[in-house]
Amino acid sequence: MSRQRTAALVGNPNAGKSALFNALTGARQKIANYPGVTVERKAGRLILPSGEPVELIDLPGSYSFDAASPDEEVTRKVVHGEFEGEALPEVLVLVLDAANLEQHLVFAQEVIALDRPTVVALNMVDLAERDGLTLDPAALSQALGVPVIPTVAVRRRGLDELAAAIARAGDRGADEGGAGEAARARQDMTLPERRLAARHMARAAVRSETARRRLHAGLDKVLLHPWLGVPILFALLFVMFQAVFAWATPFADGLEAGVAAVSEWVVAAFPGGFLRDLVTEGVLAGVGSVVVFLPQIVILFAFILVMEASGYMARAAYIMDRLMARVGLSGKSFIPLLSSFACAIPGIMATRSIADPQDRLTTILVAPLMTCSARLPVYALIIAAVIPNTTVGPGVGLQGLVLFALYVAGIFGAMAAALLLRRTVAQGAASGFIMEMPRYQMPRLRDLAIGLWQRAWVFLRRAGTIIFVATIALWVLLTFPKADPGESQVEASFAGTIATGVHAVVEPIGFNREMALALVPAMAAREVAVSSLATTYAVASEDEEQTAMALEEEVAARWSLPTALAFLAWFVFAPQCLSTIAVARRETNGWKWPMFMVGYLFALAYVFAGATYWIAVAAGL
Amino acid sequence: MTLDQLDRGQRATVVAVDWASLAPEDAKRLRAMGLDEGASVSLAHRGMFGGADPLAVTVGRMTVALRRAHAAAMQVERA
Repeated sequence: MSRQRTAALVGNPNAGKSALFNALTGARQKIANYPGVTVERKAGRLILPSGEPVELIDLPGSYSFDAASPDEEVTRKVVHGEFEGEALPEVLVLVLDAANLEQHLVFAQEVIALDRPTVVALNMVDLAERDGLTLDPAALSQALGVPVIPTVAVRRRGLDELAAAIARAGDRGADEGGAGEAARARQDMTLPERRLAARHMARAAVRSETARRRLHAGLDKVLLHPWLGVPILFALLFVMFQAVFAWATPFADGLEAGVAAVSEWVVAAFPGGFLRDLVTEGVLAGVGSVVVFLPQIVILFAFILVMEASGYMARAAYIMDRLMARVGLSGKSFIPLLSSFACAIPGIMATRSIADPQDRLTTILVAPLMTCSARLPVYALIIAAVIPNTTVGPGVGLQGLVLFALYVAGIFGAMAAALLLRRTVAQGAASGFIMEMPRYQMPRLRDLAIGLWQRAWVFLRRAGTIIFVATIALWVLLTFPKADPGESQVEASFAGTIATGVHAVVEPIGFNREMALALVPAMAAREVAVSSLATTYAVASEDEEQTAMALEEEVAARWSLPTALAFLAWFVFAPQCLSTIAVARRETNGWKWPMFMVGYLFALAYVFAGATYWIAVAAGL
Repeated sequence: MTLDQLDRGQRATVVAVDWASLAPEDAKRLRAMGLDEGASVSLAHRGMFGGADPLAVTVGRMTVALRRAHAAAMQVERA
């Protein structure tokens, strides 16, 4: 039989499912969305000991089949075979946190009661041992009626045994692979009965337990300290933003030199003409100017991934809860909002874990105010061009400080907007905050590498598609029609005509024509503003027979400080990202809220950019 | 006494929960996390900036963050 074999990972949140998934499938993963819902479908290939491949899917973590949130609903439907377009998985791999059996065995009993071929991965047994727990997998297997394999996903322990057990369960098939009698006995149990049974099974599975002080209690004492917790979190975020600038520089310089070298080689190797100009002024100047920000984006994502993998992210939510409650949200909204620092799209999708609809709507509407990584190229360019690279204190650079201030401006903007939204369009009772705080863990390099690679790839794919197309389109609009001798090419082009129209609108807030021109294609994605400016100046400098300067120097030479600051303020608020608008439409089931979001954000952008410009002018900057 | 009145680090058992006073979604979530009658709990952390919200409660070997209003609905007996 050559039918595709399938298996699915199910379990509580924080059972280590994702790490186990990474360990079992390696880099052979595909991430897509489930049709109709924006829950990520993570699928990968697991190779059985026989060499046969199995499609393994990683289902969203659940506390119960009595679904409370949209992602738990996906898990329930898939394992019941009710999800359209997703076959019922042949084998369920139930992932349990060895150190948290009493809790995880409650949901485990619901899964086993399905009487499907099931294998239990008793995961993170090393952490349980660190906590002084020695477990007896055989006793647990007997109690549950299914095989139990101890695993340590991050150390690749128990993986072969688990794969073999999955193969055996699959071979036995639906009739015999389940727990049989043990499963049927659990089908009519109530939650309190399951809880009691879980307590008994967990006790019976513990061989020995020493009352060793747990590491994380000590860490929490400091990190969740009522007075120290907030400064520590902010210090961490501050270091993150400093690092984005300081650590990335050598890599960015290297990439920039690489792009310049390729451009020079193209100029030297090919005869001049339309095609060569397209490649050097369009593709290389445009796409190249965005790609050089890859190191900064990777560093930002690295910090966020480490915070997530270490267990600190949930603490950050706890720390922020009180502040978030002030604006009518809860600490739960902090995680989507922090993810939005990387990109608003996963941020908006992460709001699915918020049960309260008004809370969720508010979080979606303010998520684009968090400074996403696509703004980073814009900020980085303008800051490097107009803010002097001086230090204002030991280890604190002025450029990093300005970047930090822009992030803070976005945060305050989001908080103020949330406060207003909660009192107007998204009214409702104050929301609750209930959240599991996972144990601290050392993040594994391998999981980080896979996560970073996926994020970097998404960014490069955007550079290769949206940004590539937008840049070429802009170059064509800039190049035609050809200017008469003595006339400026940018002025004469189609793009120049468009810019004149836009410029009339943005001139009162201090924007020049190149900026007006950059704003239009930047609707597709914010970083296009950078490639647009690069392409515009590349065309312009050829026209003026200047030696091509680095984009940063062009901006430094041509923009006044108030103009540059106004541009920065614009990008704090402006909703210039089609993908975000599209995902907001999908998540709110209609155009009403995305249109509202676009309207209020543009209004804010206009007002704040204008205010920044005129205050800066008045201050004589 | 109720869960929010425990001293930090003190162990207790939940003896009764006033589910009706909680939002249905919150009640469901608390139950799913094992916070209901019979649970053995302790108060691990309380508040930020000297305030009373939120709380961190250990249930078995799990730590759960919740608001004081949730904890106030739970009658506990000190162990």
